[in-house]
Amino acid sequence: MKLLDSLRFHIATLFQGSRRNAEIEEELRSHIQHRADDLERSGLDRAEAERRAHIEFGGQERFREECHEALGSNFIDSLLQDVRFALRVLRKSSGFTVAAVLTLALAIGANALVFGVMDGLILRPLNVAQAESLYGTEYGDYSGFQSYPNYLDLRDRNRSFDDLAAFNFVFVGLDTGNNPSQATGYATSGNYFDVLKIQPLFGRVFHSSDEHGRNSAPYIVLSYGYWHSRFQDDRGVVGRVIQLDKHPFTVIGVAPPEFRGTLLFVSPDFFMPIVNQEQVGGENILDARGNIHGVFEAFGHLKPGVTLAQAVADVNAVGANLEKTYPKEVSHKSSSLSRQGLTSFGGPVRAFVAGLMLLAGLILLAACANLGSLFAAHAADRSREVALRLALGSSRNRILRQLLTEAVLISLVGGALGLMGSVALLGRLSMWQPFPGAPVHVPISPDAKLYVVALVLALVSGFLFGIVPVRQVLRANPYEIVKAGSAGRLGRRTTVRDVLLVVQIAICAVLVTSSMVAVRGLVRSLHSNFGFEQRNVMLVSANLAMAGYSADRVSAMQKRMIDAMETISGVERVGLVNNYPPLVYASGSRANVFKDEIRDLRQSNVAAMPFRYDVSPGYFDAASTALLAGKTFSWHDDKDAPPVAVVNRELAVKMFGSVTNAIGMYYRMQDGTRVQVVGVVEDGKYLSVTEDQQPAMFLSSLQSPSSAAYLVVRSRRDPQELAAAMRSKMRELDAGLPVNIDTWSTLLDVVLFPSRVATVSLGVMGMMGAMLSITGIFGMAAYSVSKRLRELGIRIALGAKRTEVLQAALGQAFKLLAFGSSAGLLLGILASRVLSFIVYQATPRDPLVLGGVVLAMLLLGLLSTWIPARRALSIDPLVMLREE
Amino acid sequence: MADQAQLLPGTLDLLILRAVSLGPLHGYGVLLRIGQISRNALLIEQGALYPGLFRLVRQGLLKASWGTSENNRRAKFYELTAAGRRRLREETDNWNRLVAAIASALSVQPEEV
Repeated sequence: MKLLDSLRFHIATLFQGSRRNAEIEEELRSHIQHRADDLERSGLDRAEAERRAHIEFGGQERFREECHEALGSNFIDSLLQDVRFALRVLRKSSGFTVAAVLTLALAIGANALVFGVMDGLILRPLNVAQAESLYGTEYGDYSGFQSYPNYLDLRDRNRSFDDLAAFNFVFVGLDTGNNPSQATGYATSGNYFDVLKIQPLFGRVFHSSDEHGRNSAPYIVLSYGYWHSRFQDDRGVVGRVIQLDKHPFTVIGVAPPEFRGTLLFVSPDFFMPIVNQEQVGGENILDARGNIHGVFEAFGHLKPGVTLAQAVADVNAVGANLEKTYPKEVSHKSSSLSRQGLTSFGGPVRAFVAGLMLLAGLILLAACANLGSLFAAHAADRSREVALRLALGSSRNRILRQLLTEAVLISLVGGALGLMGSVALLGRLSMWQPFPGAPVHVPISPDAKLYVVALVLALVSGFLFGIVPVRQVLRANPYEIVKAGSAGRLGRRTTVRDVLLVVQIAICAVLVTSSMVAVRGLVRSLHSNFGFEQRNVMLVSANLAMAGYSADRVSAMQKRMIDAMETISGVERVGLVNNYPPLVYASGSRANVFKDEIRDLRQSNVAAMPFRYDVSPGYFDAASTALLAGKTFSWHDDKDAPPVAVVNRELAVKMFGSVTNAIGMYYRMQDGTRVQVVGVVEDGKYLSVTEDQQPAMFLSSLQSPSSAAYLVVRSRRDPQELAAAMRSKMRELDAGLPVNIDTWSTLLDVVLFPSRVATVSLGVMGMMGAMLSITGIFGMAAYSVSKRLRELGIRIALGAKRTEVLQAALGQAFKLLAFGSSAGLLLGILASRVLSFIVYQATPRDPLVLGGVVLAMLLLGLLSTWIPARRALSIDPLVMLREE
Repeated sequence: MADQAQLLPGTLDLLILRAVSLGPLHGYGVLLRIGQISRNALLIEQGALYPGLFRLVRQGLLKASWGTSENNRRAKFYELTAAGRRRLREETDNWNRLVAAIASALSVQPEEV
């Protein structure tokens, strides 16, 4: 009760600072008036009565103060007082303030940035109801790919999911009547929206009941974004018929704005039933049990009470059963289930973000070490002031509160700066479309969580290192300190500050080393041999299905396209590759091959799983892939000729022992076809630049034509100049065919994206580390110079040489720098092993990297001791001694 | 004036509580009431009253509200809270015990020891 009352009183006074003063005034005045009334009644005139009343009342100023005291000191008032004083102190030691605020801003900024990325990619579930029970299937090779019939069986036989939906990607030419353009969609099972419990913004979505077999549901649901950009928010779009790859589809609804598909990175333009995929994909996947590209991912809500382990066992049991039933088509490796949203990218993304977190944590650690030594130095500088205040009767409590106020102020300002920087960067990141023409984005939006994390980090690190000097203050003996004067006890021995500085420099050296290793690795991977030469090559992608070509017309049209390209002046060679060229969109397909003598083509007898490319004659010349033995394809290797293949060195050696042995040999495909090896080409990279050497085979595209293909056009001139000519040639051939033209180098960016991102992040972290060590060394050096001004002055007066002065002033700083750097370099070399997982050819055993790190740290040392050194050298002993 | 007694430290609060216990009063009224009930035997500095009043309000023993006095002036009136009443009882008991002890100590004769 009493507590409540006094609490209420405190809260009331909190907000009533100035009103309280007025009330005290009024009450005292009222007292005097009443007394004057009485005196007046006893016969005095009013003026005299008031004068007497004032005198009787006593020392008004004193009582007023006592009243304030009696009411208790106002929390806000004393806080404001503390803050004002802290601001004054901080302004006076602006070097310290700037260094501390910058340090914190860097560290908090880095951590908030990484946290924002982690929040967007990992912590935040998909924007659908009950996302926590939504799981997707992953197969043994960490991709979710599986065939449509397998999905149906899994859906019907499992006992763990409420219902199982599936989706796949489709890339179509979308024509609303005048302008065909490429669009990306999800082909989904009919129950997709029902499993996700998604209601349309308006119109309707499709359901299982709309599916009646092959091509039975020509409906599409637009995503909100695509409806907004392509249809200008036109609500009349529902019911309209639009063309997807020249097949009519009816728009039946628009998805709600917050739903952007079930894969975090790829937001589709539209959704369509998977039973109609044949019309836009050109092949029927509905009965193809062996086609493991039929479905990208199957997912559903776990039934209540079913644990993840039970569900995994259930899915594996179904998979094993399917493998037993269909040994030719199904090979089941163990499956697992993962949270929806990242599927097969989950592993690498999580590893990458964890790596970033680690680095950001290191930055924070370094920053804290930096702050610790800054605060310690700052407190040591003020020991005289603190001693004086103690001697004059200030309580240690009050002084500690003052120090903490300073620490909190610095951490708030630093944290706010860092947060602002990171929010700006995150904003840029979420707008960023890393790949031209692909609906890929980084789903990040800073929210309250981010602000809280940044604030807490800032306050905690500020507090922790603001109290480093507390021991110093508490043990301070005012008498000793005042007697000793400002030259005080000079720390010649190893102090906490020195240790902190070494730790900090070591961490920074680790960061600098890692970033250099990453940059070197990236540079190397850009110049390594991919098995083709991407420079001066344009890739022209055209999917004839989008313009309604039937399978039998594809080969002839593609030949005409190649011929047309070759007529452009400046073009050297033109080839064609089905689906995607190597290293484009990290997309490649593998095929099972068997030794020729094998008759039982079951999965366990597979000899190799090379990447499969179907290429036209002229492809190897256009791509500059070197032929090692034998020959390449000719225009006679068509459907009527026996199947032939060109294999890479890896596959030749794996299957036949050597390059020369392979020529003329046969092997078998999954469907039993015998293929003769006619040539061997050099090894290359196919899916990613960091992969181990993989086998690959090239088949004649004339023998297995596909409507989706890339023309590979090598030119003598800058290929960019030819893009317009290529576009107009294609329009001449068929104006209704959507075409994308990019340089091969541009598309390689996609594959290099992870190592690029890693390199950029590591580079940024390395820069931050460098800046932190600059502030750290600078603080330390500046401090030691300022502490020893007098000693240095005497040395100069006694005729010390400049080098000796520098040695005295900065020797310690350089010793610490050397010590910290070498420790950091060693650690960095160890840490770089981890890097080699993301960055191609990341090796720290590289004289350039080692030299670079040493040079960088040396430069940092010079840079950060430059100003203190100047100060030490410019000491005028006369001025110095006069001041003392 | 000369025959007025100096207040013992700490007794002003007790006097204020007692004065206010007889009915709500404003500051000047408290002063007059103390004078009245102590038969003007105590010397109280007028200004010293207010820090005491504020202290008691802060401790939750008094509550204050603005009103109009019998002179038709604005004044702050004080009255006891329940806690104040309890405190007054305790302090009065304490005081009586103290006075009795001191009085008996002072009235002791050499032969009684």
